[in-house]
Amino acid sequence: MDTQQYESDARPVLEAPDIARVLTRIAHEIVERAKGADDVVLLGIPTRGVFLAQRLAVKLEEITDRKIPVGSLDITMYRDDLRMHPPRALARTDIPGDGIDGRLVVLVDDVLFSGRTIRAALDALNDIGRPRAVQLAVLVDRGHRELPIRADYVGKNLPTSLRETVKVQLAEEDGRDTVLLGVKQTP
Amino acid sequence: MQRHLISAADLTRDDAVLILDTAEEMARVADRPIKKLPTLRGRTVVNLFFEDSTRTRISFEAAEKRLSADVINFTAKGSSVSKGESLKDTAQTLEAMGVDAVVIRHGASGAPYRLATSGWIDAAVINAGDGTHQHPTQALLDAFTMRRRLVGRDAGLGQDLAGKRITLVGDILHSRVARSNVDLLHTLGAEVTLVAPPTLVPVGVEAWPCEVSYDLDSTLSKSDAVMLLRVQRERMNAAFFPTEREYSRRYGLDGDRMAKMPEHAIVMHPGPMVRGMEITAEVADSDRCTVVEQVANGVSIRMAVLYLLLGGNEPAVSHTRIEEK
Amino acid sequence: MSKILIRGAKILGGEPQDVLIDGDTIAEVGSGLSAEGAEVVEADGKVLLPGLVDLHTHLREPGREDSETVLTGTRAAASGGYTAVFAMANTFPVADTAGVVEQVYRLGQEHGYCDVQPIGAVTVGLEGKKLAELGAMHESAAGVTVFSDDGKCVDDAVIMRRALEYVKAFGGVVAQHAQEPRLTEGAQMNEGVVSAELGLGGWPAVAEESIIARDVLLAEHVGSRVHICHLSTAGSVEIVRWAKSRGIDVTAEVTPHHLLLTDELVRSYNPVFKVNPPLRTERDVLALREALADGTIDIVATDHAPHPHEDKDCEWAAAAMGMVGLETALSVVQETMVDTGLLTWTGVAERMSAKPAEIGRAVGHGRPVSAGEPANLTLVDTEYRGSVDPAGFASRSRNTPYEGRELPGRVTHTWLRGKATLVDGKLT
Repeated sequence: MDTQQYESDARPVLEAPDIARVLTRIAHEIVERAKGADDVVLLGIPTRGVFLAQRLAVKLEEITDRKIPVGSLDITMYRDDLRMHPPRALARTDIPGDGIDGRLVVLVDDVLFSGRTIRAALDALNDIGRPRAVQLAVLVDRGHRELPIRADYVGKNLPTSLRETVKVQLAEEDGRDTVLLGVKQTP
Repeated sequence: MQRHLISAADLTRDDAVLILDTAEEMARVADRPIKKLPTLRGRTVVNLFFEDSTRTRISFEAAEKRLSADVINFTAKGSSVSKGESLKDTAQTLEAMGVDAVVIRHGASGAPYRLATSGWIDAAVINAGDGTHQHPTQALLDAFTMRRRLVGRDAGLGQDLAGKRITLVGDILHSRVARSNVDLLHTLGAEVTLVAPPTLVPVGVEAWPCEVSYDLDSTLSKSDAVMLLRVQRERMNAAFFPTEREYSRRYGLDGDRMAKMPEHAIVMHPGPMVRGMEITAEVADSDRCTVVEQVANGVSIRMAVLYLLLGGNEPAVSHTRIEEK
Repeated sequence: MSKILIRGAKILGGEPQDVLIDGDTIAEVGSGLSAEGAEVVEADGKVLLPGLVDLHTHLREPGREDSETVLTGTRAAASGGYTAVFAMANTFPVADTAGVVEQVYRLGQEHGYCDVQPIGAVTVGLEGKKLAELGAMHESAAGVTVFSDDGKCVDDAVIMRRALEYVKAFGGVVAQHAQEPRLTEGAQMNEGVVSAELGLGGWPAVAEESIIARDVLLAEHVGSRVHICHLSTAGSVEIVRWAKSRGIDVTAEVTPHHLLLTDELVRSYNPVFKVNPPLRTERDVLALREALADGTIDIVATDHAPHPHEDKDCEWAAAAMGMVGLETALSVVQETMVDTGLLTWTGVAERMSAKPAEIGRAVGHGRPVSAGEPANLTLVDTEYRGSVDPAGFASRSRNTPYEGRELPGRVTHTWLRGKATLVDGKLT
């Protein structure tokens, strides 16, 4: 989607302090649920999931005082809608050195919507190794799932209509932290 | 990018960089336990080889299989082609079997272009080498190798080869590798010098975007990469040069000559090498020689090309990644 | 035979006049001629020329009747305004004996669309080794006067010298296909910037020029006349110009396609542009036009070379060389020479009728449009413009480089000795 679609009447639903707070909470939840996060590997889904994963890693390291492996997992080649669009440029897949075999992989993405991205990510993981378990952390869950997939850690549940759009902006990529809710402009 | 890949000259700078960047990601697949991507599942690619070239065919085949395409290998020898079937009939027969792309190697210059433009078939056409015309995936893998070695694996992402000085030595006249490389390297901003005996430089070379020299020694110290082209012994019989010994003395790369190259400079060869002719064993086996790397990079480049031509509903155009949630 | 009155025709592009044909002869030329007892053709300002004569046609019969026959080829000739064509010898079997040339000659006579004057091979089987029976072919019913190994060059200097000398005995002429064979091994197109880029084997200009230079010197030495087929380069023009200035008895032809097309078209790899000698550069094209205008090049000859579809619907290297030309020649000459102001219609008649008839000794052809002359005539609508549609060709083959190209001029009528072979653009 074109970012220009959001500019006109999009309104922020999360601001920078909210995002920071939410990530701190998720980090604590991960430590709690993973019993100390000994074997956690964070894999962000490009583009913005990667930055969220890196921020979560920093917070986890603060909490646990341990180095947390963090990487990225590009799911482009595993998408189920490849034939509906021109080929996309690939993003980086970067698996931490010790791999994912026997680890708890936490996938990190910005928005959970249809669930198809996560389905593709699970397929991609399959080709990379065999984790002990896979969990999912998202900044925003906007509903409308098309597959039996749910998130283990949710920053904010945001009930939306299909006419609405959700756009996450992060300082690393967009110059500021915010989550915008807008209305799809029908051309 | 166009629907087909016929000539390196058809690629824009952005197209070429996109292919190189994509290949860099494809290369990482080779490091995984499962060296396979589901991207081209259900797509059928035929490798239509009218000329023997086991290397190129295997490289394409590995790329196709890593992307999960269904692969059909068609070699002209012993097939209906040797019984006089035309290129058109062969292509139409294959297309009737539901082929999405044709990777073609042909001894006649322009055969892939004809296949792509004559209306004989609808499939995408990828040129795997035609006569003495073009071999675009070879040029791409060469550029990929240069970018990795001269700019850097990560530092190279998004970058071209601006200002790099590349010297191609050998049988320019009969070389599709030379033509493809001159076109692509020029597009990527490199400065190209061709070095050969005058008999092996084509009439009309003055229109190419490169320099021509007859003296190898004077160019070595000004080269970031020296690419040697195969010189077939048969050329001697047609009086292109007097003897193998004289050729290798004037244009072959040996240890002494390699020592004149800058320290960072690399030696390249598209293979197969004729040791003792254009390259000595000492050079071929040195760390500066990228021949084996080029082969590995060939698979990554061909994966990138296949993905960008066949991975979507239309070929990739130069655009930023589409975000969709 | 009946009378035909052609009313209001611009003879050689001049003021409109009437021409009365009686039987096989032009009876009268003038204004306001009586139409009594005559079929009237309203020329309506069209240009009337003497029937065109092509010194270089491939009719393919015998042997390659799948691409052309004497019948289809002469119908194509009549469509293009020709009343006489010289049929090249590279048939199967080769026209190197009296038997073959008589067969081709008789077929032309039987069909009656256009006089067919066979060209005899210079050497047996076009092999360049042994002289064919040139005298026997001359003395045959076909009365051969032009000899050529066209398609192949008579490259052996001694054989060429002997042939030049030998045909003097009966006023013959050798028409040389100038192509040094060693310099053109594997040649696919003009050698230059485009061939370097396309990776197609080069056919260098020097391979043509060196043979022409040798042959004009040989002709001078033995005091013979020599004719140069399809001259294609600026350098060849210079050599012929020099030879003529020395008084050497040399004549030269240029094809319509070499007056219009360049090797840039080969970038399409479309074999309709594959021809021998190959399409050259813009510089060559301009030099050829200038030479045709100033008389250095004497005539236009089509090198009409029909090939079946499958021989062109393939990759470049596998394709046959040659283009059909009889039905587009006059249009191309109008486009390149008349509409550019380089030639008048009088000049066209000279170069496409009178002079080729003279070189080939075609009796009764290439005569002036005046009373008492044979009624070999062609009427051209020079105002017409239209795109070339090969589907409408009378030739059996469609290998034209002009498909879809807009060209001026259209031949509407052709008369062969008073008999209409083409009426309102339709063959009779």
